Amino acid sequence: MARRLPLRDGEWIDRGRPLRFTFEGREYSAFAGDTISSALLANGVRVLGRSFKYHRPRGVFSAANHDSNVLLQSDSDFNIRGDVTAVADGMRLTAINTQGGLDKDRGRFMDRLSPLLPVGFYYKTFHRPKALFPFWENQIRKRAGLGRIDTQWPELRLPKRHGFCDLLVVGAGPSGLSAAITAAESGARVWLVDENARAGGSLNDRQDGTLRDQLLARLAGLPNLTFLPDTVAAGWYADHYVPLVTPEGLIRLRARAVIVAGGVYEQPAVFRNNDLPGVMLASAALRLARRYGVAACESAVILAANNDAYRNALELKALGTDIKAIVDLDDPEARGDLHDAVKSAGIAVHGRSTVYSAEGEGLLAAVTVCALDAEGRAKPETAQRIDCDGLLMSVGYAPAAPILYQAGTRMVFAEIPGQFVPEQLPPGVFACGRVNGVFDLDARVADGAAAAGEALAHLDMQTGPAARPGRSSERMSHPWPVFPHPKGKNFVDLDEDLQLKDLERAAAEGFDNIELLKRYSTVGMGPSQGKHANMNAVRILARLNNQSIGATGTTTARPFYHPVPIKHLAGRRLRPERRTPMHGWHRDHGAVFMPAGHWQRPKYYGPAPEAEAIRAEVMAVREGVGLIDVSTLGKVEVFGPDAARFMDQLYTLKLSTVKQGMTRYALMVDEAGVVIDDGVCARWGEEHFYVSTTTTGAEAIFRQMQRMIGEWNLKVDVVNRTSQLASMNIAGPLTREVLQPLTDVDLSQAAFPFLGARQGRVAGVPAWLFRVGFVGELGFEIHVPAAQALHVWEALVEAGESKGIRPFGVEAQRQLRLEKGHLIVGQDTDGTSSPFDANMAWAVKLDKPFFQGKRSLQILKERAANRLVGFRLPGNHPGPIPRECHLVIHDDDIAGRVTSIGYSPSLKAWVGLAMVDKALADAAQLSIRVEGAVIIQADVVPTPFYDPEGLRQKPETAGEVSA
Amino acid sequence: MPLRLLKNAFSDAPDPRFFNTPRGLRDSYDVVIIGGGGHGLACAYYLARDHGITNVAVLEQGYIGGGNTGRNTTIVRSNYLTPEGVKFYDESVRLFQDLAEDFDLNIFYSERGHFTLAHTDAAMRTMRWRAEVNKHFGIDSEVVDRDTIAEAVPMMDLDCGGEHPVLGALYHAPGAVVRHDAVAWGYGRGADKRGVEIHQKTRVTGIRVVQGKVTGVETDRGVIKTGKVISMVAGSTPRVTKMAGITTPIVIHPLQACVTEPMKPWLDTIIVSGSLHVYVSQSSRGELVMGAALDPAILHSTRSTLDFVEGLADQMLDLFPFLGNSKVMRQWAGMADMTPDFAPIMGRTAVDGFYIDAGWGTWGFKATPVSGKTMAWTVANDKDHALIEPFSLARFDRFELVGERGAASVGH
Repeated sequence: MARRLPLRDGEWIDRGRPLRFTFEGREYSAFAGDTISSALLANGVRVLGRSFKYHRPRGVFSAANHDSNVLLQSDSDFNIRGDVTAVADGMRLTAINTQGGLDKDRGRFMDRLSPLLPVGFYYKTFHRPKALFPFWENQIRKRAGLGRIDTQWPELRLPKRHGFCDLLVVGAGPSGLSAAITAAESGARVWLVDENARAGGSLNDRQDGTLRDQLLARLAGLPNLTFLPDTVAAGWYADHYVPLVTPEGLIRLRARAVIVAGGVYEQPAVFRNNDLPGVMLASAALRLARRYGVAACESAVILAANNDAYRNALELKALGTDIKAIVDLDDPEARGDLHDAVKSAGIAVHGRSTVYSAEGEGLLAAVTVCALDAEGRAKPETAQRIDCDGLLMSVGYAPAAPILYQAGTRMVFAEIPGQFVPEQLPPGVFACGRVNGVFDLDARVADGAAAAGEALAHLDMQTGPAARPGRSSERMSHPWPVFPHPKGKNFVDLDEDLQLKDLERAAAEGFDNIELLKRYSTVGMGPSQGKHANMNAVRILARLNNQSIGATGTTTARPFYHPVPIKHLAGRRLRPERRTPMHGWHRDHGAVFMPAGHWQRPKYYGPAPEAEAIRAEVMAVREGVGLIDVSTLGKVEVFGPDAARFMDQLYTLKLSTVKQGMTRYALMVDEAGVVIDDGVCARWGEEHFYVSTTTTGAEAIFRQMQRMIGEWNLKVDVVNRTSQLASMNIAGPLTREVLQPLTDVDLSQAAFPFLGARQGRVAGVPAWLFRVGFVGELGFEIHVPAAQALHVWEALVEAGESKGIRPFGVEAQRQLRLEKGHLIVGQDTDGTSSPFDANMAWAVKLDKPFFQGKRSLQILKERAANRLVGFRLPGNHPGPIPRECHLVIHDDDIAGRVTSIGYSPSLKAWVGLAMVDKALADAAQLSIRVEGAVIIQADVVPTPFYDPEGLRQKPETAGEVSA
Repeated sequence: MPLRLLKNAFSDAPDPRFFNTPRGLRDSYDVVIIGGGGHGLACAYYLARDHGITNVAVLEQGYIGGGNTGRNTTIVRSNYLTPEGVKFYDESVRLFQDLAEDFDLNIFYSERGHFTLAHTDAAMRTMRWRAEVNKHFGIDSEVVDRDTIAEAVPMMDLDCGGEHPVLGALYHAPGAVVRHDAVAWGYGRGADKRGVEIHQKTRVTGIRVVQGKVTGVETDRGVIKTGKVISMVAGSTPRVTKMAGITTPIVIHPLQACVTEPMKPWLDTIIVSGSLHVYVSQSSRGELVMGAALDPAILHSTRSTLDFVEGLADQMLDLFPFLGNSKVMRQWAGMADMTPDFAPIMGRTAVDGFYIDAGWGTWGFKATPVSGKTMAWTVANDKDHALIEPFSLARFDRFELVGERGAASVGH
């Protein structure tokens, strides 16, 4: 019977703070500091969960964060690990994955079906007949999974911190404490983390706490040593970047060096019913007793294969456990003094024997012990029953090495002490203590200090590290703790309910290397990621293959060390939103915003309904004057002796010939000749250009510029002015009347021609002005310092009030440019469109000596397969209107798509652009397949649709032919 | 309860081996396939089954299916953008649908429906484009509105926490998930049964080419004579093509993925968001299988990064806010061969007898059956199969790129 032990010094629970909680509907008491498992055991509850596949009863096994069969459900969480999660007052817990509760789980019948369900059975079943598979799959999905998520749970996010240190020590047992203290005493900034609530590691589980107390006293006096309990070093990433999972949130720690002192996982033996509640690792029983004051059992048998087993027997006996026997897989005489000590303590020892099976209905009641033959096999004829309610296994260990593996450590198998040990560590990564194969307590302390010396030497903080004490010369892990019983239920992986025969069968079916064995059988793929199963799986496979353990190898260790909650990984929700200086004004004037990358831009200005508002905005620009905020455009200044050459090489047009005080269209293609960006390039000086980019391309194009300066080795510098300067475009026939009174720049045709660029002041603010015409009216783009932009904007609005000035949004601008046939990169072009496809051959100067994409464009000039054409729906078009990306159909095949479409208030017609097969470029009509697979006809018309001569943006030149 | 299970009640005997371990390499083979992943094993299977070519060796430096076959997120779909892509992947989906029957092995081919979410007007346009092209070729694919999505995935926050709400989606009903390893094992077993030799832990170190013609393959276990070599690897493509004296425009980016601890199934569909860089489905073990965009930098490595899993977790909570207490159990990476036009490289090459099947980027798993089948045909006939003609290596010399990049986004 499990029970609470009398109060003892050093325990982790606070008996002055009782708590109440419920489990499976019954109320229990606990003390602050109890884990769920320890509290339940203290209440005499030993069946704590059901297994994943067969729904077998399971209890405490490791009490060390790999009891995957003790996962719990609460009102707000699931897959709660009972063996390490502290009880909170008022918790309401149930076991996961049961049907009708833990005791009466209707899933129990699966255990009886287990002979029908050998490894991999689902690959061989349910697929015939094909039509029934969805039914079976549905059944499988009903049984799949562990705990249940509630989709009404609130969003949880924990803040993140960053940490920096010279040395991270993972694990605060004797070697880790020694390493951290040694390094900190030499002046290094040290972080020490341990997943347990307190430091000390296995020192906490011994009667003699002297060494622990000494080390903790030294630890406490070191201001440059940060100790984090309850903290998991969840993985190792390049350059010693280690996420620390704390109860408060994730810490991204960048260390200069890492010492792994994570110790070992005690390993189970494989025998019949080794999963019965009451069968556990000896370390679990000690941990429960010393830390939580809980006796896991009344009378125990100890299965032994190392000297620790004898020490554990003596420790537990001192705590009041009736040790019925030690069953030693080896010769007890070789244990020397320890053997004598247990004998004098009155403990029976069965040498060269094993536990052949555990007995009991749902709870351990007895074990069957058999002598071993010369080959280490159990001799059933020697069977002997020993009643007990605890079977405690001390048969070996596996290193807690995932962090070492992730860092790239090469591990080799050492027969003595019988585990994988580091052979070659990457720079800045060190290991000490039991993970390094050092077991003797004094040696572990010395190994930690030596590892600290090596780490300090690596950090150039100390030379001449101390010598390592050397690995254990005792065998700590039995080479073959596997005693198959012909009746089965010899479990290897408790997470996944895998038995020895499953692994044997998998190997026999061809999955006989360790990675394939894992994938076919799922060994090691459960929540504990094989911490108690992988080593035995390797041993079993090695024996089946008649190979050494080293040659058999291990599976790849990947992050995370323990699973990490999404709330830790996600962190706080930070979504950058960029706003132009006029954002508040837009909002106050009824703007409806739309996202443009990280920016928010006015789509249109209410309160009028969308279509009506957009139409009014368009007409304002066409007939009066309009104002749009274009601050989101990318803006780059280009300086240097090679600036002109740089611009020529970056863009398709010849920009070196742009005269000072003038602008030119700038089109960029990538190396494949695909259009990627466009803008306007102005020239301020011989070696000084200013170029705009699209809103979405701003960051990428600036990066590309920086890269190409280096690649082409030019004397050029680029300055990203996107955020420093705000810009607005005032356009419409009444523009001059509004703008001229506010500026010292002469806006007359003679002084400021179309495509001109000028510097001056607007509303008293230094400004750059460009006379450009994206919307097809007389207009000026005004760039001013962001801090004064709102002032300029408001001045323009005020000055334009009498002229009916109207702000306009992105949708009106799209409509206006469509009427002019101007394309939008990324909408009217796609990831394959060349300028020739886009009907922009005029924007490519192939006679330049070199520019980005030239070679591709030389080829594509003759071959471009598509052409962007304008179309117009007949005036009396009655049918459905095409939408963007509806297909153009020719001869029943796809011949293009609509890229832009809109109703032109100016033309009183639907107009659009379509990217079509070149062969259709000169067709009179296009067939467009619209909603409902209806085909409609559209007339192909030249662009611009509106003001084809461009007279409106250059009214003074009326009558001349534009270039 | 299917009868197949009852058989187990009477016999504990294992089934026959899926694949044998051949004693050693023979002196010569008719065809040598480099790479024992899904593609290589599928090609071996179809060579043997459809063309009677069984004197074949598959050489695998690690273990069967240990590369990207075992690292992908198991999604199969055919809602591509270009006619070439749509036809090719549609054939792959059709082959997948019958694979369990062909193999007599349950590959858990599970049609769950595939939503590609659109959060911007631009994305909505692309979805419509894909849907229109798909429908033209008879693929079940349509643009759906928020209400339709809400009905199918009621627990998803369509407002995504505030910014970039879902505007609609491309819905592809045949979108499926498959047990990826089983696909490789099924092909491997079928090939093995027909006489193909699968050599694991056998590394190719050189390819012998005499006067523009393949004559043999060098391995760490000896030299083999053969007139036909097919490179069907990923990540190592540049290393193998270099041995044959061929260059490709492939660059390698890592692609990462992760899984959570198992939970009771609540998500039946496949959800993809290019804008949020998320794709997710829930496996029949109850794990959420999640991925994001390619790593931005060129890198020949399968290392994992913390940024990846942090970013993914952050965006997942925008779609599924209740997942905070779910735990990510394991993360990993594969190496994606990226081509300039986001389409594969398949077929004959300038070296006589050297065939290539590469450049599979992030879409290789879903092409496993059709790649194997068309490559087997190509090798058997020494002529590029019609479905793969657009994907020939020579297209880069001729500058005849495939337009799949036209809708470049997270493509899963």
